[in-house]
Amino acid sequence: MDQTDLTAPLLTTRMLDVGIAGRVFCRALELSLPPGESLAILGRNGAGKSTLLSVLAGLREPDAGEVRIAGVGYTQLGARRSARIRGWLPQSRSEAFSSTVLETALVGRHPHLDRWDWESEADASKARQALAAVGLAELAQRDVQTLSGGERQRLAIATLLTQAPQLYLLDEPLAHLDLNHQIATLELFSTLNRSEQRAASVMVLHEPGLAARFCSRALLLFDDGTTLQGSSDEVIGSESLSRLYGYPLREVGAGKLRWFMPA
Amino acid sequence: MPTRRRALLILAALAGLAQLSIALALMVGSIPITPLEVLAALVDNGGTSGEVVRSLRLPRALTGFACGGLLALAGALLQVLLRNPLADPYVLGISGGAGIGALLAIVLGFGAAGINGLAFVGALGAMLLVFGLAHGEGGWTHSRLLLTGVIVAAGCGAVVTLMLAMAPDDRLRGMLFWLMGDLSQTGDPTLVLILLTAVLLVSLPFARELNLLARGADVAQALGVAVRPLRRGVYLVASLATAAAVTHAGAIGFIGLIVPHLVRLATGNDQRLLLPASVLAGGSLLVIADTLARTVLAPQQLPVGVLTALIGVPVFLFLLTRGAAGRG
Repeated sequence: MDQTDLTAPLLTTRMLDVGIAGRVFCRALELSLPPGESLAILGRNGAGKSTLLSVLAGLREPDAGEVRIAGVGYTQLGARRSARIRGWLPQSRSEAFSSTVLETALVGRHPHLDRWDWESEADASKARQALAAVGLAELAQRDVQTLSGGERQRLAIATLLTQAPQLYLLDEPLAHLDLNHQIATLELFSTLNRSEQRAASVMVLHEPGLAARFCSRALLLFDDGTTLQGSSDEVIGSESLSRLYGYPLREVGAGKLRWFMPA
Repeated sequence: MPTRRRALLILAALAGLAQLSIALALMVGSIPITPLEVLAALVDNGGTSGEVVRSLRLPRALTGFACGGLLALAGALLQVLLRNPLADPYVLGISGGAGIGALLAIVLGFGAAGINGLAFVGALGAMLLVFGLAHGEGGWTHSRLLLTGVIVAAGCGAVVTLMLAMAPDDRLRGMLFWLMGDLSQTGDPTLVLILLTAVLLVSLPFARELNLLARGADVAQALGVAVRPLRRGVYLVASLATAAAVTHAGAIGFIGLIVPHLVRLATGNDQRLLLPASVLAGGSLLVIADTLARTVLAPQQLPVGVLTALIGVPVFLFLLTRGAAGRG
């Protein structure tokens, strides 16, 4: 049922308008993200990055236009089948009740289980692998309410890996992470892009240098509601970024390793 | 997360506890009855003790069990819906609405059926009011629902106090007993037992989705839960369960708050186990409390709501400190 054409785009938008309370974030946005690609969304605070991402995740209705994942709209797919195709990393999450780290990661198996199924040993081992991939294997039995901010973020990523979708929509995946874990996380998702599964990812980032290095494409959301998209090499440059952030930036380095310093 | 096997073992143990509590309720009272006599009374008619067991103690124990189960289940559901471990079945004003209806019936001098009927109408009225007001434009957030419920409950509380202040003296005692929760006026337990079974059977298939809802609406939606219909369904089921319990037994406190908490502290927050375990534990606790309420100061009967609080509070505090020590 979930067999999809390996070259068909995993995420497409047509004539997408997104806004909130009268503010327009993007107009008539056309996106098409094939398997194996990764897209960075860059913009200032309040430019609508998270709102756009939740529209792309089917969690919020667009003002106009449509979003399709693997060629089908969210309403047509339903919540459960959508969850087997796309996963969403929230910008923040709070736990009202205590539960263990392993239990929290296992939540990702929900869309793969039938109504009366309980999580099997195979599901548990998938969750343990995901925890190991983000370096939380040792904390499997800890209560989530005792974790640090960075550990919670890595746990959320592990839950997403346990869900094992084809399309990853990541809202600030590097929030709360130290430098080491920032690079490890970006490398983790690059590996998924290159893997047999050819996952695609969309991520909201605040560091254009990392976006240029790890994402093949970029989408810049300007404050006036205009957008600029294309391959990272073309779109991410000191001129466009200076305009984007409203602060002059100078490019340092070359090739894949480019950094943008406040001038 | 408990395995299915462990969950069934825990439920079997709690079912044993429920049977013990009901057996105790049948044996203890102004006329002590031995276990053998109780068994004899249940299988064939006849004898004074048989009459006491069948027509007085058994209906009362079963009604108590069903009401306790309904309140605990409603509490567990609302704690998930509002993502707040402090929520109880009364937080959204349902008991307040029922209270207005019941007190009005008592003031007007209605019989038991009239009191139950008006209490149920009041509960439904409060439920629809909160649902309508919390909905508004811009949809439903749990904080908006909670605030609306708390305000409606406060309004109902004021009306109840006003009615108490203006009621004739000879009605006051009955009104106070109703407000504190009372099982002495119970009739046939069949209806409320059927309701308990129905509510549990409707909730159980959605238990894993409720686990996700407890982690946040967005997270649940992204993981494949149809959040909007689920939330409405939970609100409706929890409200009906509360209305049924309050109609039969008055506003018995603490069961709906404390029982889901106790079960969560003891077994974790998996609704597949938590919901049925809360039903069994809540039912048992109310039966034990009611047995004490009618025997401790016999022949005087105490309001059972006082007993549930007196048992629940120390047990809860004990488990809470133990849980904190274990986690630290």
